[in-house]
Amino acid sequence: MQLDLPILSICIWLPILGGLWVIFAGSKLGEGMVRVQALVISIAVFLISMLLYQDFDPTTAAMQFTERMTWIEAFKVEYHIGADGIALPLILLTTFTTILVIGAGWEVIEDRVNQYMGAFLILEGLMVGVFCALDALLFYVFWEAMLIPMFLIIGIWGGPKRVYATIKFFLYTFLGSVLMLVALLYLYRQTGSFDLAEMQAVALTATEQKYIFIAFLLAFAVKVPMWPVHTWLPDAHVEAPTGGSVVLAAIMLKMGGYGFIRFSLPITPDAAHALDSFMIALSLIAVVYIGFVALVQQDMKKLIAYSSISHMGFVTLGLFMMFQIYANTGNWQDAAMGIEGAMVQMVSHGFISGAMFLCVGVLYDRLHSRQINDYGGVVNYMPKFAAFMLLFSMANAGLPATSGFVGEFIVILSAYKASFWYAFLASTTLILGAAYTLWMYKRVVFGEVRNPKVATLTDINGREALILGTLAVMVLLFGIWPAPLLDMMHVSVEHLVEQVAQSKLSVARL
Amino acid sequence: MNDIALILPEMTLLGFACAVLLLDAFIGKRVPQAAFWCAMIGGLVVLAQLASYVPETAKFGFAGTFRVDVVGTVLKSFMVVLVLVSFFYAREYFAKREMPHGEHYSLALFATLGMMLLVSANSLLTVYLGLELLSLSMYAMVATQRDSVMASEAAMKYFVLGALASGMLLYGMSFLYGVTGTLDLSELLIKVSVAEDKRLLLTFSLVFLLVGISFKLGIVPFHMWVPDVYQGAATPVTQFIGTAPKLAAFGMAMRLLVDGLWGLAEDWQQMLVILAVLSMGVGNILAIAQTNLKRMLAYSTIAHMGYLLLGMLSATASGYAASMFYITVYALMSMGAFGLIILLGSKTSEADELQDLAGLARRSPWFGFIMLILMFSMAGVPPFAGFWAKWFVLKEVVQANYVWLAAVAVMFSLVGAFYYLRIIKLMYFDEPVRNQAVEASQDLKLVLSVNGLAVLALGLAPSALMSVCVSATLPYLPW
Repeated sequence: MQLDLPILSICIWLPILGGLWVIFAGSKLGEGMVRVQALVISIAVFLISMLLYQDFDPTTAAMQFTERMTWIEAFKVEYHIGADGIALPLILLTTFTTILVIGAGWEVIEDRVNQYMGAFLILEGLMVGVFCALDALLFYVFWEAMLIPMFLIIGIWGGPKRVYATIKFFLYTFLGSVLMLVALLYLYRQTGSFDLAEMQAVALTATEQKYIFIAFLLAFAVKVPMWPVHTWLPDAHVEAPTGGSVVLAAIMLKMGGYGFIRFSLPITPDAAHALDSFMIALSLIAVVYIGFVALVQQDMKKLIAYSSISHMGFVTLGLFMMFQIYANTGNWQDAAMGIEGAMVQMVSHGFISGAMFLCVGVLYDRLHSRQINDYGGVVNYMPKFAAFMLLFSMANAGLPATSGFVGEFIVILSAYKASFWYAFLASTTLILGAAYTLWMYKRVVFGEVRNPKVATLTDINGREALILGTLAVMVLLFGIWPAPLLDMMHVSVEHLVEQVAQSKLSVARL
Repeated sequence: MNDIALILPEMTLLGFACAVLLLDAFIGKRVPQAAFWCAMIGGLVVLAQLASYVPETAKFGFAGTFRVDVVGTVLKSFMVVLVLVSFFYAREYFAKREMPHGEHYSLALFATLGMMLLVSANSLLTVYLGLELLSLSMYAMVATQRDSVMASEAAMKYFVLGALASGMLLYGMSFLYGVTGTLDLSELLIKVSVAEDKRLLLTFSLVFLLVGISFKLGIVPFHMWVPDVYQGAATPVTQFIGTAPKLAAFGMAMRLLVDGLWGLAEDWQQMLVILAVLSMGVGNILAIAQTNLKRMLAYSTIAHMGYLLLGMLSATASGYAASMFYITVYALMSMGAFGLIILLGSKTSEADELQDLAGLARRSPWFGFIMLILMFSMAGVPPFAGFWAKWFVLKEVVQANYVWLAAVAVMFSLVGAFYYLRIIKLMYFDEPVRNQAVEASQDLKLVLSVNGLAVLALGLAPSALMSVCVSATLPYLPW
């Protein structure tokens, strides 16, 4: 059934307006009502976004559900949105995660509940906007506006060093994005339009492409985050409230990867080709070096934050290997596999890292400590929780039959086609990931009870079980049967590869 | 078109300014609101007159010394609106402190008259006349709080430095006259472009004119008066100085540099590049070190004026449109920010220290939110109007092939983001120092809310105002 509703616009504006409503009507509604209404709004948005999935046509790479309106007449800025197989999974991930986040903050947040719930709803709308903007300026507006609610979430409900962490987060991201703005303005000068498709089609010289690529790189590398601009992430994660960490890890980091796919690769393919070794080197450093860094962390959130950086290294690795794979095999199909692996890894990391942060959140809500040493023997008091956490830890370590395995495996497989050493280095994550995750699990859940307070722990309640259970289902589902995800994006990824394969130099202006 | 019809809004304003003065002198004691309402009515009448006559092409009067065109009329209307809005804030401020305030309105109206003359000037003499009327009124406004040491010091500094800048401007004008033999800007335009052999002298006089303009806008290195005056003056006076006169200074720059000295564009472009970079740098960096909110906003103004120059130096019609959009949006944001200080102030305290904002989001969630909009807007974060202002000037700079300058500008806006974020940190993350509720009259609350929401609305739908600016500067296209 094809409805003529502007579904994407609803997915953007319903949560934003709902969030504003919750914030400003909050004092009248009372806290309980605020929670219920926020949950209802987030579920409604998720259900509406499922209409996208239902109506999506995976056989075409064209943008679907497009809406186009003039925004600023004088300069051809448009409110132009749409989704393809690359954006859709991330949109669904966003609407799905928001429900969990609202659920996770249910009893835990007692201070300014209406603002907390409202901020997450507004954030949801803005994030969906980022994933479906087809006008570069619209994208930039969503991309930057998103910082505001996140800044407040970390700063208001965060831990003791929250102010430092949130200002660092904001300025780091701002640094990257403002240069992206200059690059977009330069592209506007060349094309006379902010339309993404025109920017992707415009011819650029090698030098121009390199500068633009670097400007984009700063914006997206900070978001992913890639080594060496990752230092904001552990701070932000540690200080953020659980919901903030979940959104950061599950969705915001994906925006960096999405930006590479949507902007860097198609707009500056030759620069991406020229600098691919550099990108691969950075990715491998993230995978291996940050893996070692994660090993020595004492703080659970920090450990998962570093493990996120390491896993996101796979995403950038998958994205930038395509040129070398093509050089070796002469087959763009093989090259597309790396990107598909990266996409799967993004979605799966969304579930797993979200789940891991929720697990830490469950413990933190009870003992108000994130230090691994404060725990031990948790399994004796929280058996159900221990079972869930085991599953997610295994997924984080990349165990087969979990979604963590699928993405990593595809990327490693295609890395092998690029170079044996890439595959070799990337594979170390299977060892390192298992080491740091399972070692943490062992110290927290098993062993002797080192802290008398652990004895006071109560097992997860129905709400927490529901949230973790949903995630567990997703992790297993995509681990065993990733086909729906792959089918959804396959044609779009192939289209992307075709676009990137087309050098812009041959048609460059004289 | 006869001369009187052209200058009718100015004459009306003069009449009302005198009426306000007399009303206040004779019935000010018995009817304290008389001056305020008379000034409001005057402003509205002037606004109606401005709106009723927008010429297609420029019209000249008084032997070519006075000029009415679209840019001028649009700027004048914006200025009058800003002045009227500032009166609401001023009334609240003076009423809270039980201070007589009749002369504030009449001085402000005289200053407005000066501003209107300035943006209508088509002769160096008219420029000077308007500028001095504006400046002298503002010196007096700063000095009205004569028992305040800070205000007296500020007024003194403002006067001495202002007089110096006027002197510089006159000096430059005299050279210009010496070289070209005319004071008329339209004639200057032609004579300057053909006077190739006297280029050096012309550039020399241009430097002095730019000093005068930079002083009025508060651009580094002629910014020394800005922080002291902003901090020292009573908040509504600061608010007044920080809004409409900035538009007038922009208008003056347009008249002198574009209408008169277009022939020297290559020279002033280079000079503006240096001034812009200095302003953005010094303003943004020094703002970080401030603990007084008004002083911090003063440095932020200096930085903003640097961004304003970016549009002008691109020397295209849409570049001027960008600057015009920037200055209008800036005036709106600055109006709101100073308005919030007025809102928070009480009879005994000015509430202009950064600490006074601590925990505002708890004391008054709504006005915390309004200030959040204003601060993010000033930092240039979408979806607020300040972003579009920055975007517009940056776009023009990139179009004019100064990509490096755009990169420098965004880097300084990153520095700027820090101190705006600190305000938000104070309001949202810190606990209130004094946990008192925000008390103010309903109409002030309404004006401030509308002001803040306008910044948000302009951020979501900037198209209309942009179109106005673009069409107002359209006559500059043929250059």
